[in-house]
Amino acid sequence: MATMERSKLILFITVLLHFCSSILPSAAAISSGASDGYTINGRVKVEGMGVKGFTLPGKISNAKVILNGGQNVTYLRPDGYFSFHNIPAGTHLIEVAALGFFFSPVRVDVSARNPGKVQAALTENRKGLNELILEPLREEQYYEIREPFSIMNVIKSPMGLMVGFMLIVVFLMPKLMENMDPEEIRRAQEEMRSQGVPSLANLIPGAGRN
Amino acid sequence: MAMAVRVFLLLTLLFLYANFSSALYEDQVGLMDWHQQYIGKVKHAVFHTQRAGRKRVVVSTEENAIASLDLRTGDIFWRHVLGANDAVDGIDIALGKYVITLSSEGSILRAWNLPDGQMVWETFLRGSTSSNSLLSILTNFKMDKENMVLVFGGGCLHAVSSIDGETIWRKELATESFEIRQILQSPESDIIHALGFVGSSKFVTYKIDAKNGELLKHTSTAFPGGFPGELSLVSADTVVALDATRSILVSISFQNGETSFHQTFISDLVADSAGVATILPARLTGIFAMKINSFIVFISVTDEHKLEVVQKITYPAAVSDVLSFSEGQKAFALVQHGGSRIQLVVKLDNDWSTDLLKESIEIDPKKGFVEKVFINNYIRTDRSHGFRALVVMEDHSLLLLQQGDIVWSREDGLASIIDMTTSELPVEKKGVSVAKVEHNLFEWLKGHFLKLKGTLMLASPDDITSIQEMRLKSSEKNKMTRDHNGFRKLLIVLTKAGKLYALHTGDGRVIWSLLLSSLRRSEVCEHPTGLNIYQWQVPHHHAMDENPSVLVVGKCGLGFDAPGVFSFVDSYTGKELDSLSLAHSVAQVITLPFTDSTEQRLHLLIDASNHAHVYPRNLEAVNILERELPNIYWYSVEYQRDIITGHALKGNCILDVEDEYCFNTRELWSIVFPSEAEKIIATATRKLNEVVHTQAKVIADQDVMYKYISRNLLFVATVAPKAAGEIGSATPEESWLVVYLIDTITGRILHRVTHFGSQGPVHAVFSENWVIYHYFNLRAHRYEMSVIEIYDQSRAGNKDVWKLVLGKHNLTSAISSYSRPEVMVKSQTYFFTHSVKTMAVTSTSKGITSKQLLIGTIGDQVLALDKRYLDPRRSPDPTQTEREEGIIPLTDSLPIIPQSYVTHSLKVEGLRGIVTVPAKLESTSLVFAYGVDLFFTRIAPSRTYDSLTEDFSYALLLITIVALIAAIFVTWILSENKELREKWR
Repeated sequence: MATMERSKLILFITVLLHFCSSILPSAAAISSGASDGYTINGRVKVEGMGVKGFTLPGKISNAKVILNGGQNVTYLRPDGYFSFHNIPAGTHLIEVAALGFFFSPVRVDVSARNPGKVQAALTENRKGLNELILEPLREEQYYEIREPFSIMNVIKSPMGLMVGFMLIVVFLMPKLMENMDPEEIRRAQEEMRSQGVPSLANLIPGAGRN
Repeated sequence: MAMAVRVFLLLTLLFLYANFSSALYEDQVGLMDWHQQYIGKVKHAVFHTQRAGRKRVVVSTEENAIASLDLRTGDIFWRHVLGANDAVDGIDIALGKYVITLSSEGSILRAWNLPDGQMVWETFLRGSTSSNSLLSILTNFKMDKENMVLVFGGGCLHAVSSIDGETIWRKELATESFEIRQILQSPESDIIHALGFVGSSKFVTYKIDAKNGELLKHTSTAFPGGFPGELSLVSADTVVALDATRSILVSISFQNGETSFHQTFISDLVADSAGVATILPARLTGIFAMKINSFIVFISVTDEHKLEVVQKITYPAAVSDVLSFSEGQKAFALVQHGGSRIQLVVKLDNDWSTDLLKESIEIDPKKGFVEKVFINNYIRTDRSHGFRALVVMEDHSLLLLQQGDIVWSREDGLASIIDMTTSELPVEKKGVSVAKVEHNLFEWLKGHFLKLKGTLMLASPDDITSIQEMRLKSSEKNKMTRDHNGFRKLLIVLTKAGKLYALHTGDGRVIWSLLLSSLRRSEVCEHPTGLNIYQWQVPHHHAMDENPSVLVVGKCGLGFDAPGVFSFVDSYTGKELDSLSLAHSVAQVITLPFTDSTEQRLHLLIDASNHAHVYPRNLEAVNILERELPNIYWYSVEYQRDIITGHALKGNCILDVEDEYCFNTRELWSIVFPSEAEKIIATATRKLNEVVHTQAKVIADQDVMYKYISRNLLFVATVAPKAAGEIGSATPEESWLVVYLIDTITGRILHRVTHFGSQGPVHAVFSENWVIYHYFNLRAHRYEMSVIEIYDQSRAGNKDVWKLVLGKHNLTSAISSYSRPEVMVKSQTYFFTHSVKTMAVTSTSKGITSKQLLIGTIGDQVLALDKRYLDPRRSPDPTQTEREEGIIPLTDSLPIIPQSYVTHSLKVEGLRGIVTVPAKLESTSLVFAYGVDLFFTRIAPSRTYDSLTEDFSYALLLITIVALIAAIFVTWILSENKELREKWR
């Protein structure tokens, strides 16, 4: 099994190298086109998932890349690359919509003067990008995590507190009384008897005083 | 000591607010929400059934969706909804594993992996002119064992490799307005023929070598009669077209580069040929189909270009494309209506007399007529050929017919909702037994013990599944009667197909559906369009026994002055009570806050010539209206001319025909925006039925602010005309956004703000005394959200207790729009990360609960954002008292907390609208989000403070009580014993 894994890994690396050599030259973020528009090329990369395989993890494969709030919408290729075609020069906004990940929108400048120059910055933290490689800022967890069962939780709940108090009264108080000075107890009991308090209160030394 | 108490208070407050968003646990999914996935009206369908394994059909729809459906059940394997301006032109399967789609007027070609829908490659095809687009996959032609995709778009013919999307060759055929109508390939050689028209008079053929795109031959022949553009191929060298007058059929043969025309008058073939003829795009051999009047005529073309009518069938009917199913045999399907049944006939395309298949299938008449049919074949167990048909109905639903039965059907009309309203369910009556749902005490306890086990994490996997099942199947939420909390309602939705559906809020099932007769295409009404749906009759005290009803307003035609149509539909039974064809157009519908004695709500319809018409049409309604005449005001917004106008009623119309239900209107005021500087892009008002609990807002240090609450406030946003386009089209210097708050009675501008360097799109919500709007800041290149709150200054003096005691306050004085209001405005702006598709605000029955903003993001999710984040009183360092009041320290951007997505891990693909409806329970608001998908849930913006949560463990409560009682007894016995021992001592 282990050898299998390794061979897979090697295969993956070779494919990656091959892929890099074949694709990267054409992956300059902005390439000039014909008179009417430019092309924006970029890549969406998700860290920590790449090891699993060459293709993107299932969660991200359904991601959409959106230009200027819906003017153009495109999808990711298996290697994470995307491109927008026929884009006029100007400053544009690219957003990545992928369930489970939070991506910062990216400001991309397409300049007519020096085509091919990359000018991209994350708008959330104003971080400049040398290449148009978009990575999620964080993963999004849509559900509250149920805390695992613990005794503390039950005890902390109001009912738990009530039961706990009862237990203390029933089992701990008599023990406390045993350690008391027998004369003191007798004095206290006589005092109580003279006051005529209910018998249940005899068990609780503090109750009589209040 | 006091300090400690304060700190403690602060901590508890912080604790409370830290996770105030009503987040969900994963196992609560589906308890109070439901999600339905649709695709829309199917345009193209391609079957994939050849190989063993899952049989599927790939479809593209008018909602720009591409989907792969399970042929056995109709479930969606995968689906992509393309961008709004990325309409799909063609779809096909290449290499048996890729779905090829052509979209955006033939400029974007994409390949999707058939099993999982992952995009494999995408190619942009650069055209030179705009033209029609055509997708064709050359299957016979093998170049290195790959299929070649041939695309015509933008005046160019492209050959693209189906493996990696590389362009093999590109041929510019650009002469002005050239359109290819048909691409043919020779079965043996590598030669393709492209046929089309230049302009409306020339017929053109191109003969092209498929290997390299070399143009072998080109002919162009003018035809004086002209062509409207349709064309039908009848054999390898003959096509049939109509001439420009649509009265002559022209058969064109283009053998060996010679083009010849043969004309036949339609009147010679068909006796009654007064109507407009159209050629249907079915590709049959030797025969073509033509629609004329209410018939479909099949006409065969003989070798001598003689046309003969083969069969004439009455219209509503549909013809499929040809399907080659075994060695050279081709079949096509024909669907006809007969009463409530449809007849599916599959014929060989060269032999008209024999039917391969003839089936009659009962179909719900509420689905309307058949619009499209696609066929596919399969091999039966006895090795004969069987056929299945995918049928698209008039209401946009999709059905699979096989062996005389409906295998599955999908209600895809629900993907295109136009408008919606809600209706209460009937009251539970005594003696009316609703399905037996209450179980006995033992079962109830057992259920709760199971739940307790679940919460204590003691449950086995079996228990967990049964708990989940029990929660999801809770029949309580699916009952057909009104409930105490007001969670159970009917959502009545109007779809683009003119069909009404009533959905139950419990599980989203369709209670009834109705194809509105007034919104069906007919000879009188060619292009009916549904506009809005209103509550017409909501019985509560006078007419308790009557069912509530809704009013559907539509219009007959596309123009703004097209005559209107009305339908009245019973909300409980789904029966159409009445329908009206109006004599006037519908420009605006105003729901008035008056009802007549039968609880019918008065509606005022403004037509295109500014007359007002009152409905219902009875004298009582006219009397009510005449009494209230001076109190009725409305406004209209003209987006093209950038004018906002205020109107009032003036008295009866003076028309040629006496019409007491018609009223004249007069213009009260108008605001004309300078068109060179400002363009209206968005408006917002308060919802008519919104309830505000209190006008006063108590702030820290015991001070009071009075909200300026007026129903007649209008929010208007204008932008510089240059910046009216997309982001990136204007520089920050030449764009600005101006926001107005206008009183719609007097036209007075209460407030005006300019945001320089900002542009649209603007999305706004107006509620109580505040408005929140979302726009794009070009300088920061980020989206922003601003809040404006309006306070009434004229009441601000009422703070002195003595004034109140002596009655010298003005709290009870009437508010009039005519008096000049003294208002104070507070505002603040924050960054917001995402683009927004739509915005809404929660509404509750009494308006006590704090509000949440529901933001439909570009990722098709719905985010709930507390209004407290958009509070102009936020400051970087709030004081102690302000903190205790719940004011959050100011941050530059609004937080996006993943747990506060009300759609949790789901998407409402193609999100278009969010509607909130108050439940009877004050803490809760029902949320319905629609687009291509539907999503419903209920949310509690300040948690469910007025009821126990669904999780509440009754069993734990019982156990505690039992334990306490037991403890009392034990201690009692112990004390008795002890006392006894004392006495014996």
